[in-house]
Amino acid sequence: MKYRTVFDIIGPIMIGPSSSHTAGAARIGRTARKIFGRQPKKAVITLYGSFAKTYRGHGTDVALVGGLLDFDTFDKRMVQSLDIAREQGMEVIFQESDDLTEHPNTARLYLEDEKGNVEIVGVSIGGGKMEIIELNGFGLKLTGNDPILLVLHQDQFGAVARVATVLAKHEINIAYMQVARKSKGSQALMSIETDQSVEADVQEEIRQLPGILNVTVL
Amino acid sequence: MKFRNVAELVEIAETDGLKISEVMIQQEVELMNRPREEIFAEMERNLEVMEQAIQRGLTEDIHSRSGLTGGDAKKIQQYKQTSPVLLSGETVLDAVSKATAVSEVNAAMGTIVATPTAGACGILPGTIFTAAEKLKSDRETMVRALFVAGAIGFCIANNACISGAAGGCQAEVGSATAMAAAAVVEMAGGTPSQSAEAVAIALKNMLGLVCDPVAGLVEAPCVKRNAMGAAIAMVAADMAMAGVKSVIPTDEVIEAMYKIGQSMPAALRETALGGLAATPTGRALERQIFGNDVKK
Repeated sequence: MKYRTVFDIIGPIMIGPSSSHTAGAARIGRTARKIFGRQPKKAVITLYGSFAKTYRGHGTDVALVGGLLDFDTFDKRMVQSLDIAREQGMEVIFQESDDLTEHPNTARLYLEDEKGNVEIVGVSIGGGKMEIIELNGFGLKLTGNDPILLVLHQDQFGAVARVATVLAKHEINIAYMQVARKSKGSQALMSIETDQSVEADVQEEIRQLPGILNVTVL
Repeated sequence: MKFRNVAELVEIAETDGLKISEVMIQQEVELMNRPREEIFAEMERNLEVMEQAIQRGLTEDIHSRSGLTGGDAKKIQQYKQTSPVLLSGETVLDAVSKATAVSEVNAAMGTIVATPTAGACGILPGTIFTAAEKLKSDRETMVRALFVAGAIGFCIANNACISGAAGGCQAEVGSATAMAAAAVVEMAGGTPSQSAEAVAIALKNMLGLVCDPVAGLVEAPCVKRNAMGAAIAMVAADMAMAGVKSVIPTDEVIEAMYKIGQSMPAALRETALGGLAATPTGRALERQIFGNDVKK
């Protein structure tokens, strides 16, 4: 079931004109910023399908950048987001692609600053709901609703067990979990939805485990 | 999960002697693990935003940036109040003017509630506020109506789709019209199965509707489709309350909507490449709005 709560249907409260092209896009931008961990200095945004064809009319560009500025769907500053980004020194480049994607409303966001970069693919599935389906080349599914623990690790036996053991020790229950890798033996990404929040000390404990490259909580 | 489709929703409601709104509220409490009061308050907030959007659209001078839409809600309200004869009737025109008002506010980048989408945001406020005036409903009944609409939308979204890009306008305005019809039936004291019949009757009249916005903007024909969606919802609710039944069961109508959406060419699914968007006037307006650098 893609839609779980009644407020996915009645809501969100938002600035018009389009839930998929404006509100959904704003949520993709905001989640991408959350994953990056800070406001990027530069964003290269590639639009596909209906996004590519109609983004100017719907304000999809305005909304994605509004999300990168951490604006919620109902934030009245949304309308001026392109100007605000410029004033705050964020460089934004939009590209349109003719490539076919599985979902018609797809955006690829490459975010960077002097400290690092991240590449995220998000789809707006309708009614303002979105999913992040790719992170740095790893396939996954993030809805932005639940707290999630992301663990980048070496693809080797025992990695999942070690992380799960630490969570168990701290009485943190796993609600949903997926593991994706680019190829056998390279890097892999665990995304773990938990019922309890994963505090900084637990994150640090996981970070110290063998083969763990990075730990982030969204 | 209590219900996955409309048949299950109606069965639970009628077996337990509950309203559809109550089944939705209980599911939300259980599934989201949130207190009932909190859920109700959040929905009431949605109702307030809808009311403010109606108010703005009927009293302020609303015009979109493109200039394609705005001001029609006021015109209809004016006509309704001054014309000696109303061909379609006062209640229908009231719903139409209010749906137009909210839809115009949306096009002008105002604040609205997506129900289920922003493109279809006029229909629920238009019908619920009109029905409430007519039926002298209290605030709780109106908030409950939004839960009814949510329950129906929940079934449509999970078994079919609610975005124009995925399923055409039938998935957006069509879904909203079906949701509104069911909501108004409960407000008027109808049974859960009458709400379900209203969904089927309303949605059947939206099947095949394509998403073909001029210049890709949620304006023309979206605002007028919201207006007519509200009219269809009111009439479908009356038909269901009269005891009229859909020959095709509600969930099968929803399934049909989904399949029609899947077989719709991309040009008619929110890409502004076909339908009204591709008419000579549609294209001319597009050039006028975006200048000559439009590459299509």
